[in-house]
Amino acid sequence: MGAILKRELSAYFNSAIAYVAMTVIFLVSGFLFAFNCFLSNNASLSAVFGYTIYIIVFIIPIITMKSFAEERRQKSDQALLTAPVSLTSIVMGKFLAAFILYVICCSIFIVYAIVISFFTAPDWSVTLCTWLGLILFGGALIAVDIFFSVLTESTIIAAILGIAFGGLISFSSMINYAVSNVISIDFVTQLCEKLNFTSYYSDFTYGILNISDVLFFVSVAGLFIFFTVRVLEKRRWS
Amino acid sequence: MVEVTHLTKCYGDIKAVDDISFTVESGEILGFLGPNGAGKSTTMNMITGYLSSTSGTVTIDGHEILEEPKLAKSKIGYLPEIPPLYIDMTVRKYLEFMFDLKKVRLPKDEHIKEVMKLVRIEQQSERVIKHLSKGYRQRVGFAQALLGNPPVIILDEPTVGLDPNQIIEIRNLIKSLGKKHTVIFSSHVLSEVSATCDRVIVISNGKIIADAKTSELSVVSSGKQKLSLIVEGTPSTVTDAISKIPAVIKVSKGQDMGENSAKYMVEYQTDTDIRREVFYAMARNNCAILEMQSGNETLEDAFLRITNADQTKNKKKVRGVN
Repeated sequence: MGAILKRELSAYFNSAIAYVAMTVIFLVSGFLFAFNCFLSNNASLSAVFGYTIYIIVFIIPIITMKSFAEERRQKSDQALLTAPVSLTSIVMGKFLAAFILYVICCSIFIVYAIVISFFTAPDWSVTLCTWLGLILFGGALIAVDIFFSVLTESTIIAAILGIAFGGLISFSSMINYAVSNVISIDFVTQLCEKLNFTSYYSDFTYGILNISDVLFFVSVAGLFIFFTVRVLEKRRWS
Repeated sequence: MVEVTHLTKCYGDIKAVDDISFTVESGEILGFLGPNGAGKSTTMNMITGYLSSTSGTVTIDGHEILEEPKLAKSKIGYLPEIPPLYIDMTVRKYLEFMFDLKKVRLPKDEHIKEVMKLVRIEQQSERVIKHLSKGYRQRVGFAQALLGNPPVIILDEPTVGLDPNQIIEIRNLIKSLGKKHTVIFSSHVLSEVSATCDRVIVISNGKIIADAKTSELSVVSSGKQKLSLIVEGTPSTVTDAISKIPAVIKVSKGQDMGENSAKYMVEYQTDTDIRREVFYAMARNNCAILEMQSGNETLEDAFLRITNADQTKNKKKVRGVN
């Protein structure tokens, strides 16, 4: 796992992906920080955290799109699958590499909090809780997007699936509203509610560390890592 | 060292590999020969654990590949048909990664240097793989398979895309590896197999159709030797005289070569040499031998005949079913 993690991380930083991801997240959150905090004399980072989510759901598929799709296209997966390592550690290595890059991207929010602390005492408990929520949210999404990457040989398709999923979960309340105006089916409404990742995240933004929200993100991550391992396993048998 | 028993792989209704069994001893070089699509790569992918078999087992040094995959895989160095390279890495970084991935317990820098020297890519060690030519990429793939000195080395068409000099180098390398390692390598180039292997397995349509020492293959597969003659004289006299020689199985007259001479094909038993007797028999009958050629099958002929026979047999089978 260690070798794969190291290679994946260095691949991110040797290509443009890591820098693109960091630039976009830093830039967007920087703008939000400038407008919502500096220009409006506001010490709360909640708006910055809240809106950056909508960028993150599109950035994560870009980070993860290559992880398995590219390997399969280049046939380098043969090296991994014939090496004396388990499938789980292959998937975990890739997951952790993407996760570490994501944490690096999100570290900018801690910097914002520190900047605010020069002017006034920020609400550290809320800030750190929201940050934790953001990390967990990203972790779950990374696992889902890695699963999309293992399904296909094309990085483009993996990215599109990931972006579509990102759009679905972040705008599911809007979709729900639009759909329920036309036709009201309980099942669809409930599905949209459950799929709404941001609703699980919103508790964190109030500074509430709800164990069920934490469990939701952790179990989504665990489930999709498991699915990814199964897809790899299944491919050997078919 | 490597034991394959009743290995079968089905893709839907198609049997890519059909009940293959063989054993390779330690220090043996086994050539895997077959036309395209015969199931060579599929078999190799199953031996290395990249694919699972539909039925049958593969045991590497006593470890079953699906039961104890880590132990079994740690004993194999594998070069697939397309070298599994990360093209955005430098040669050295890539080999370091593969070294870590395979959990090799040897002094890292020294060992990598040693392997690079063996396949002659030290000069390229700091170059990014995507800028290397196909031949060099093949060598990097080769180097990767050798990392950790695995007891079993499996090479899927290792000389494809190399220039003649490199091919000779790689062949010599395979030969020298065969002293310490068990080597299985596939090829559809026959001269390569006959030049490097101790033993050949010919595979066609997923089945083993011949398994013999390289030197024996041509004879074993046919059970007889051949002599081709051009003789001047009456055809009946010539055929009568030759068929009186005890070891001769069959004489047949080929095309006329003009001026009372014709071509004859003589089939005779193995382990005998009838050339002298043919000469004296012809001399007694006043028939001049214009040309005499040992018509023994080359490996090439044997291969063509075996695989073609197998294919026509299969066609007949299919027709029978219909």
